[in-house]
Amino acid sequence: MTTPRAFLIVESEWRYYKRTWRGTVITTWLRPILFLLAMGVGLGTLIDRTADQALGGAGYLAFLAPGLMAASAMQTAITDSSWPVRTGIKWRKHFWAQISTPVTPDDILNGLMIWVFIRLVFVSTAFAVVIWAFGAAPLGRGLTAVPAAVLCGMAFASPMAFLAAWFKEDSTMIALFRFSLIPLFLFSGAFFPIDRLPDFLEPLALVSPVWHGVDLCRSITLGTPLTLSLWVEVGYLLAVTVVGWWAAIRQLRKTLNL
Amino acid sequence: MVESLVVGRGLSKKFGDFTAVDDIDFDIYPGEAFGFLGPNGAGKSSTMRMIGAVSPATSGRLSVLGMDPRTEGIKIRGRLGVVPQEDNLDRELSVYENLLTHGRYFHMKKAEIDLRIDELLEFVQLSERRDDRVDLLSGGMKRRLIIARGLINEPDLVILDEPTTGLDPQARHVVWDRLYQLKREGVTLIITTHYMDEAEQLCDRLVVMDKGRIVAEGSPRELLERYSTRDVLEMRFDADQHLQAMPVIEEVAERTEELPDRVMIYTHNADEVAAYLARRDIHPISTLIRRSTLEDVFLRLTGRQLIE
Repeated sequence: MTTPRAFLIVESEWRYYKRTWRGTVITTWLRPILFLLAMGVGLGTLIDRTADQALGGAGYLAFLAPGLMAASAMQTAITDSSWPVRTGIKWRKHFWAQISTPVTPDDILNGLMIWVFIRLVFVSTAFAVVIWAFGAAPLGRGLTAVPAAVLCGMAFASPMAFLAAWFKEDSTMIALFRFSLIPLFLFSGAFFPIDRLPDFLEPLALVSPVWHGVDLCRSITLGTPLTLSLWVEVGYLLAVTVVGWWAAIRQLRKTLNL
Repeated sequence: MVESLVVGRGLSKKFGDFTAVDDIDFDIYPGEAFGFLGPNGAGKSSTMRMIGAVSPATSGRLSVLGMDPRTEGIKIRGRLGVVPQEDNLDRELSVYENLLTHGRYFHMKKAEIDLRIDELLEFVQLSERRDDRVDLLSGGMKRRLIIARGLINEPDLVILDEPTTGLDPQARHVVWDRLYQLKREGVTLIITTHYMDEAEQLCDRLVVMDKGRIVAEGSPRELLERYSTRDVLEMRFDADQHLQAMPVIEEVAERTEELPDRVMIYTHNADEVAAYLARRDIHPISTLIRRSTLEDVFLRLTGRQLIE
């Protein structure tokens, strides 16, 4: 049996990653550690004296950690899907070399999404280990939350791949990063419950996939039973992923097979 | 009758209102080196992309290796080698890794690719740079590496889009030499270029494109015979001599062209013309006698104005 062509893309991403992996080790391990130290332990000791009720009875660290896990998956997904698409088309231009072979734009996108998926599994598992090391959740529950975090990441990866292929100018993408990613991260529900947001912002948080990812991860690590509404969130994240994927494939075909 | 490897009939490519390729017909036969010549924006690259099965034709018929690019693009691309105009090597990977990655896209096995890489690096004289990062290579070396990459799958047909643009003369000759070698081995080459010397060196047959259309077709020799003369005299005059000389020149020249700084005289016998002008007391400041080249054909067919 021959390898599906999308996996040939995964293979070449891996070959490239082997040259550039050092930088990602820092973001994979150091980011969760620093965040949990500063926000969880540092800030948490202040918050826990007063805010127990609002956080559902758990300590701030236990509240924050799973939320950050989902939000980190989002960040990894966004950088690992948007820039590769952008450079593939405009800077490294390797997409053009790839489509001159039997590889198609569909294969490129599928391969890239599989690669992001693998990265997300790795990053989220690392996060679960850090959470456990901080005593914020048992290892078993942390690992159970990994699929939820990965799904949250995928719901950003595919729409971002679409946008990266769609934007004409790099500056548009940079602007998008600058003005939307930080609010998405801060108001994701990772740091505080979104019912504390001003009323007009609350619906926005609900539309954004990250809040659903945060909610799912948190429910799993805190041991909340999986109710129907959580499955609806899973469905929502899946739907966003699929629609983004479809849009990204269409756009990449348009861009490359001009 | 030899079967054509590539057939285009009434082939067009439009981008919105802009027609990049306008109703062209051509046949490319096995084993030949076929050139698409033309100024920038003539539609060469669009044609190459259609033949390379990465860009669908807007209308007309195209057959590549007996297949239809619209429906059998994957199969076609499996048997093509593409050497793009732009350097899209992976700078951060080594020479070897670049070739390996590309070979894998053709579903070649690693062991098979390794053997092929040794051969190819020998062929393009890069064996010693096998494990160097692409970043460290000179422009000429990168070009040779891209050519090697385009040959990794032992293609039946190689498409080269401006293979020597931007190279110094030494590097160009090395590339030509390698392409000539390929031709001798029976590989069919399609070459686009706006260098006339390149076309004369490499192409058995060529078409000249201008504004999306094919304006001439033939072997370099046929084109020279049809659109130019054997010899060209380039004469410079001072301003008053110029006016005086022109009527006399017109008497003996097949065709003349007046440029701001000189007069081009096309003729089948330059020595006779020069002698005649001397007898008639026409004394230019300088005279250059040369053989007519494809460049003369090209400029005659596509004009001297800059197309921008």
